[in-house]
Amino acid sequence: MKFLRRIGAVAAKEVRQLRRDRLSFGMIVGLPIMQLLLFGYAINMDPRHLSAGIADLSATAASRQYVQDLARSQVIDITHQAGSAAALEELMRAGQISVGIYLPPDFERRLQQQDRAAGQLLIDGSDTVVQGAAASLAMPARTTPVNDRPPTLEVRTYYNPERRSPVNTVPGLIGIILTMTMTLFTAVAIVRERERGNLELLITTPIRSTELMVAKILPYIVIGLVQATLILLLGDWLFRVPIRGNLLDAYTVILLFIVANLALGLMISTLATNQFQAMQMTFFILLPSILLSGFMFPFDGMPTAAQWIAEVLPMTHFMRLIRGVVLRGAELWELRGELAALGVFLVLALTVAVRRFDKTLD
Amino acid sequence: MVRTDARHADLAIRTRGLTRDFGALRAVDHVDLAVPRSRIYGFLGPNGSGKSTTIRMLCGLLTPTEGEATVLGHAIPAEAEALRRKVGYMTQKFSLYEDLTVRENLDFMAEVYALPRATKRERVDALCERYELTRLLDQRAGTMSGGQKQRLALGAALLHEPELLFLDEPTSAVDPENRRAFWESLFDLVEAGTTILVSTHYMDEAGRCHELAILDQGRLAAAGSPEALSRDIDAQVVVLRTDRPRRAGKALHAEPWVLSVAQIGNELRVLAASEHDDAAVAVADTVRRAGFGVERCDPAPASLEDVFVAATLPTRQERVA
Repeated sequence: MKFLRRIGAVAAKEVRQLRRDRLSFGMIVGLPIMQLLLFGYAINMDPRHLSAGIADLSATAASRQYVQDLARSQVIDITHQAGSAAALEELMRAGQISVGIYLPPDFERRLQQQDRAAGQLLIDGSDTVVQGAAASLAMPARTTPVNDRPPTLEVRTYYNPERRSPVNTVPGLIGIILTMTMTLFTAVAIVRERERGNLELLITTPIRSTELMVAKILPYIVIGLVQATLILLLGDWLFRVPIRGNLLDAYTVILLFIVANLALGLMISTLATNQFQAMQMTFFILLPSILLSGFMFPFDGMPTAAQWIAEVLPMTHFMRLIRGVVLRGAELWELRGELAALGVFLVLALTVAVRRFDKTLD
Repeated sequence: MVRTDARHADLAIRTRGLTRDFGALRAVDHVDLAVPRSRIYGFLGPNGSGKSTTIRMLCGLLTPTEGEATVLGHAIPAEAEALRRKVGYMTQKFSLYEDLTVRENLDFMAEVYALPRATKRERVDALCERYELTRLLDQRAGTMSGGQKQRLALGAALLHEPELLFLDEPTSAVDPENRRAFWESLFDLVEAGTTILVSTHYMDEAGRCHELAILDQGRLAAAGSPEALSRDIDAQVVVLRTDRPRRAGKALHAEPWVLSVAQIGNELRVLAASEHDDAAVAVADTVRRAGFGVERCDPAPASLEDVFVAATLPTRQERVA
């Protein structure tokens, strides 16, 4: 029975060590809870509350009734009012709305005639899930008693009329890859130096902490740009993902995101004491980044609490930016809110990192 | 006042009440040091005596909890940055990059210190020559022996020709022959004007230093040149040869005036309180009374180990109590 004692000794030691490793312990409990909450509540493949803009040019009792009926379906939340179809298109390109409803001045007459669609439904098709959900709105209005007639709204799908999912996935993938590599690489690169004692030597040299940080980040900026270029090129070549916007704009967004993630990595490196911890912390950021940012599941379909969490993640803002520039041909000015959000994140993370990375071993 | 200032001018390091706490633990406890220039100054003490912590405070790696320190005329830690160009630091653990070659490591350190291009080449070559690294230039540091790594670390610490060199247990991973050669090279440096502060727990290494500070549990237990320390020891040393050394040792231990007993081969080395008159006679009497034969019992000059034991004794008794 000696073998049992030996096995017991090692197993008991393992449990004891695990109890003292608070981060691992947190992972054992926190991970299932986090996954359960994310998949149970936050992730919704049948999205509701898509943000919508209305351009009601007829402004009659019937058109208002019709819009109210649509809103009651909960598929859309009417967040914007516009004066023309062009204004709706602009809102969509800027990422403010995923659905636009255009009711022409003669909407009520068209509704009566019933030989053709009375209005237009504009859908941002880059996310195929959103596209499917929004298309249901085109059904004939309830005010009409008979069913075998053309849809009330004529559907116009923008940006991805063929409903190809790679179109939506590939630009987002840049974000996932960059979050994964940039954050992890910088975090581990600095923690490794501390673990191996290199940092103790470096601190006694004239190199300043900011110099050290910049130097650590610099190579990874280049690596990040190479990765992004690789994905864009392969996306174009293999999946015919178009780059509709300005290429320079796309790279500006990518660069900002790379730097934000590197700052995040630096911040993690000042919190983690070993490489394994740095990896665990990165994982805790990566998981919600994949699930909540809008990469895998539509952002609009998530409950408010999940959306708040998502707004804190740089990935969410990058996802909106890169899809805006690459898929919708949006200009940076139209996306300035998202750019500002990334900028704020960058400054905060960098401040925390530089403050915590004192050039002493204290 | 003027006179004190003049005397301080030839001090490389001066500390007053230097203290460092790690949480509830006091690692360094009000240490006063005066390290003269162009000398090898040793820190002798067991593990955990505060040697490394003191060195780390002196090169600005750790902030003192209390007290003040002046290193090469710079107040620490306020002027630590200005000091960095003037000091070299060799860490206890090899802290260059194991996945870089000898040449890459040296080039890297030369760049970090921003040495002029012309002198860089020259100095790297000279150091490699002096520390027998030329043959190893393209070898990765991780694959080298303890002695080779140590020579590389020393060379790297000397690239910018520091005035003051901190060596934290530099010979812990080195065989005796290499240790000897290493110490010879330290004296070459001192002759060229460098001040060296070296920590060690080897008595023979401590004996080579010009001056010495004995640290014990964070406190400065004694300081001075090895000769002065041996001469001024606050104890008497007796060497005893007996047929039953283990038992005789136990009998001696029971006497209140016996500070310590250590067996060295067939002999017992007894430290007796200095106020006890003629310790050799008392030791022989005690052993005979206990019923053991005494072949030989003579007073002996104090070794550095005796000094160390005597200096750290009171605190050790506290530890037992």
